[in-house]
Amino acid sequence: MASFTATKVLAPVGTAGKLFAFALDVCRGLFRRPFQLREFIQQAWFIASVTIVPTALVAIPFGAVIALQVGGLIAQFGAQSFTGSASVLAVVREAGPIATALLVAGAGGSAIAADLGARKIREELDAMMVLGIDPIQRLVVPRVLACMLVSVFLNGLVSVVGVIGGYVFNVILQHGTPGAYLASFTALAQMSDVWQGLIKALIFGLIAAIVASYKGMNAGGGPKGVGDAVNESVVITFLLLFIVNFVMTAIYFQIVPSKTG
Amino acid sequence: MGVDVAIKGLTKSFGKQLIWNDVTLTLPAGEISVMLGPSGTGKSVLLKSLIGLIKPEKGSVVIEGVDICSCSEKDLYEIRKLFGVLFQDGAMFGSMNLYDNVAFPLREHTKKSESEIRRIVMEKMDLVGLIGAEMKLPGEISGGMRKRAGLARALVLDPEILLIDEPDSGLDPVRTSFINQLFVDLNAQIDATFLIVTHDIHSVRVVPDQIGLLYHKHLAMYGPREMLLSSDEPVVRQFLNAQTVGPIGMSEEKDADQLAAEKDMALPPLPPIPLQLEPSNGVPRKSQRPPGEWCRQNGVTPPPNSFRADSVLSTSGASGA
Repeated sequence: MASFTATKVLAPVGTAGKLFAFALDVCRGLFRRPFQLREFIQQAWFIASVTIVPTALVAIPFGAVIALQVGGLIAQFGAQSFTGSASVLAVVREAGPIATALLVAGAGGSAIAADLGARKIREELDAMMVLGIDPIQRLVVPRVLACMLVSVFLNGLVSVVGVIGGYVFNVILQHGTPGAYLASFTALAQMSDVWQGLIKALIFGLIAAIVASYKGMNAGGGPKGVGDAVNESVVITFLLLFIVNFVMTAIYFQIVPSKTG
Repeated sequence: MGVDVAIKGLTKSFGKQLIWNDVTLTLPAGEISVMLGPSGTGKSVLLKSLIGLIKPEKGSVVIEGVDICSCSEKDLYEIRKLFGVLFQDGAMFGSMNLYDNVAFPLREHTKKSESEIRRIVMEKMDLVGLIGAEMKLPGEISGGMRKRAGLARALVLDPEILLIDEPDSGLDPVRTSFINQLFVDLNAQIDATFLIVTHDIHSVRVVPDQIGLLYHKHLAMYGPREMLLSSDEPVVRQFLNAQTVGPIGMSEEKDADQLAAEKDMALPPLPPIPLQLEPSNGVPRKSQRPPGEWCRQNGVTPPPNSFRADSVLSTSGASGA
């Protein structure tokens, strides 16, 4: 009985360990030649094609909502001229990477998990290993890199679209002045905000792709197993991303001091 | 060409469920072996252990001095280049058409030019009768065609060891006969070591040099074809002759009551041992032995009418009776 409880309790630890071991395997595979350029380009194109439109559509209301919230709050303090900088900071620092992460995990990651899961249950991965080809190097590494690349670009897209969305809402709906919105950009925002957004996006892309690949490659028990793998991969990725986002933001504020007006 | 596969004391279980215990056998180089067993006795698991896809708890599988069960990942990927494997459903890559599927190992492992690859791929496609279907996707063709395409892919690298998982499931009897003939011809041509996992007793009776039977979590018997076909061992006899009388029941094993009820039932006589399939060009294979040699050497009287040229056709009737 004791050992039974122990196995139950320790099971999640084991899973976490396996996921980490898998991530290490992927990192090792990153440097192994030959690099699968074709697969990488195909995957990058595929992930971009399933995420670009939803990301743009999510970014507009995201920027608008921040503009509305912050605008309302700031108006109560009588500091409307800073609406621009506040919404820029919120979009570039937080909304960009988070929206990117949600879409990369939800659209890109689920597609990766489903694809690899289907290959797993059809024994394609076994067949590949038997043909002397490591599926991590051949399939997972290009997907991870593609996910990271696309995340970085999506982050840029969210930032731009979000800032424009915020501008439109601030100027048209809240009757802010265009000049103040733009001028306050430089007041609080700094270049390192963009860099940290990019680095966050890069790491979120990495996590999303690794979790999705791990879950896909360990799918089992027929078509239902693939569905479960996709579901779990999205949930686990979301959890991890929000935790990692918090940690990274905390570290960022320690390293880079906030600009004082 | 062709290498020995020495399996020693192999044991595998999933969690608490033991699959098989202490399996020891050697697949002789260049010979065709068949592994038989009731459904769910871990035949496919055994096959996967041979290529290192499943790690057994105990024992070793030694090929050319390398133990598959304990060697490094790198050695494993090297040694796998000796293998050709045909999976149950063909395991074709769903995103590629048949041509690219068959060309895949060549493109990954050799530096051959595209025209040379084309020549080899077309040759193998012709061998399995799939000329004209190269541009189809695996999802668009029947299970039988997928299986034949899988065989073509397993053959392109000229393997030393060919592992084949249920070649006849999902094939019609005519295609099964053709594919059996193909195995024999291939063995004559490339002298590879063959291991075929199957249920089809008709194939088992005429194709292999060696037969093994997995039953009740262990290897019940492994040896020359004539030894098993003339055996009086109840399990072997029941399985090879597809009878209900014997120790194998619907769910794994029969209980004592059933066995007691069957005790007085007379077993039908052993059907005659058919001749082995010969290569279609008439030149005997290297590993082929003259019919009846094992029986003579071991002083076993084969069932009446064995080894007659006309018994090849009559066995399907006899084994079904």
